[in-house]
Amino acid sequence: MNNSMTSAKRWLWGAVIAILCLWVLVPIYLIIVNTLSSPAEVAGYPKRFWPSFDMESVQFFMGFQGVLDALWNSILVALVTMILSIGLGAPAGYALARFDFPGKNLFRIMVLMTRAFPLPLLALPLAVLFIRTGLDDTIIGLALVHTVLALPFAILITSSLFMGIPFELEEAAWTLGCTRFQAFRKAVLPLVFPGIAASAVFAFVISWNEVFAAAVLTIENRTLTAFLMQSLDESPLHLKFAGGTVLVLPALIFLFAVRKYLFAMWGIANR
Amino acid sequence: MADISIEGVERRYGDFTALHAIDLDIQDQEFLVLLGASGCGKTTLLRLIAGLDRQSSGTIKIGDRVVDDVPPRHRGIAMVFQNYAVFPHLTVFENIAFGLRMKKMAEADIEKKVTNAAELMHIEQLLKRYSGQLSGGQRQRVAVARALAMEPDVLLMDEPLSNLDALLRLEMRAELKGVVQASKTTTIYVTHDQVEAMSLADRIAVMHKGHIVQAAKPIDVYRNPATHFVASFIGNPPMNFLDANKVEGGWQVAGMTVDGPSIDRGKLEFAIRPEDLVPAEQGMTGDVKVIEPLGAHQLVTMSVDGRLFRATIDSDEPVQPGSQLTLAPRPDRIRWFDPESENAIAA
Repeated sequence: MNNSMTSAKRWLWGAVIAILCLWVLVPIYLIIVNTLSSPAEVAGYPKRFWPSFDMESVQFFMGFQGVLDALWNSILVALVTMILSIGLGAPAGYALARFDFPGKNLFRIMVLMTRAFPLPLLALPLAVLFIRTGLDDTIIGLALVHTVLALPFAILITSSLFMGIPFELEEAAWTLGCTRFQAFRKAVLPLVFPGIAASAVFAFVISWNEVFAAAVLTIENRTLTAFLMQSLDESPLHLKFAGGTVLVLPALIFLFAVRKYLFAMWGIANR
Repeated sequence: MADISIEGVERRYGDFTALHAIDLDIQDQEFLVLLGASGCGKTTLLRLIAGLDRQSSGTIKIGDRVVDDVPPRHRGIAMVFQNYAVFPHLTVFENIAFGLRMKKMAEADIEKKVTNAAELMHIEQLLKRYSGQLSGGQRQRVAVARALAMEPDVLLMDEPLSNLDALLRLEMRAELKGVVQASKTTTIYVTHDQVEAMSLADRIAVMHKGHIVQAAKPIDVYRNPATHFVASFIGNPPMNFLDANKVEGGWQVAGMTVDGPSIDRGKLEFAIRPEDLVPAEQGMTGDVKVIEPLGAHQLVTMSVDGRLFRATIDSDEPVQPGSQLTLAPRPDRIRWFDPESENAIAA
């Protein structure tokens, strides 16, 4: 009885995991297979399970005027967004977690409020402002907009991370000879680093996927999403798949590279 | 090694005063216990001494130095926290070495001191483990070893045993006393456990509502409590209190006339500890409610003069619940309190 219960549970568990994996992997698989197939195969039916590794679409796509520049722009904007949102968000998160200050709750709500304004509403005034200040069509200008989008998450995620670290660890470090900053670096940072990395990746992905602001605020220096939105509309199907792969792949590689920081190595909590 | 002097230290949080003008001198190498119920300000005072919090007014001196504006790292203190605060990302060895590395000590010296401290706390076989792999008692040992390895002038401990189970607490208590005594470090130890305070302290400072109400040797605190609060807080079972009315030739207490302070007052509070009562022909009579055999003694709970009254008497004494019992207090152990100020009055 007991055994059958646990085996039923295990089956259910396995099934749920399988479904979740398929949910993520099947679309990626389809995109990649079609990218690596010849245009004729993409349009044809039935499909092959293994792609023919026909690089025609990829070669054409990568050779297409502006793709590599857009890819590079996307990476730059996402990196700057990541640095800015963690650089600003982590200290704000720390302050929210550790200090009581007047207007703390208001601040918490205001952080979320930045997400309450739909970007299309802000696009026109933002574009005007950017043109006046010369920030239009620049990496840093777009990264600033993306930072505004990513910052609330960075603040809230990091503040909950810091709240999970007992303050006594820092105090103990103070009594053991640390300055406030040293205590943070030696007693807190190693524990929150996986979480910070995760929230950095999140900021990166928010920027990488963002298309509206990118399309409105850039013309020459388009990011990949904005570039693809503009040019893929009129492209044949096999090129759309190639574009999709180019869009997915860097994010996947990046996530893979930082995956070990996404799992808490010692557990976040003290005990 | 250092003495500590606390002068007029107050700590206010907005309108709330957590500590009222605390004056306290702690001798070099003394083991002082701050004892009080939760919320009495004992941890606040410890944190002020550590420099983790700043007093609103008053001065704290460690040795000859005023430390009011000195950060914790320069105060020559080490602290053991209630929840251990062992760094989870470091091994036991690195935890104990943490403070020594901050002092930029040579690697060989660090190794020696860590090993010494670990041996002292019997955790030398755990040096390679992480705190996640340790039991509560072992973590506590790491925390104490880490503090001792610093060779501080002053060792501060905030309820270090309160998270341990009863048996372990007894064992650690004795061990802690031995280790701290051997280290000859001035120690301030915060606890709400009066037994712990009694057994560890050279001197107990009893705190109540942000005041130090009595600071004296454990036996003095027990025998001659300075206030009604101290008398009721220290001792288990607690001290008995009865109303006393002035009559011709002494004080009338529960139908008995006893000698007392010759003071111009109509009413006082009479107090006696349960173990200072013996069954007698004449004395205070009450109705026995409950009898709890404790081995050598039995704890008798009764009602005298309408108030709860406890006596620990010899277990051979034939007493039955529901019967009456007459007890005589040991005259030299009777204590008197002013019912208004709650202060002790000399007999």
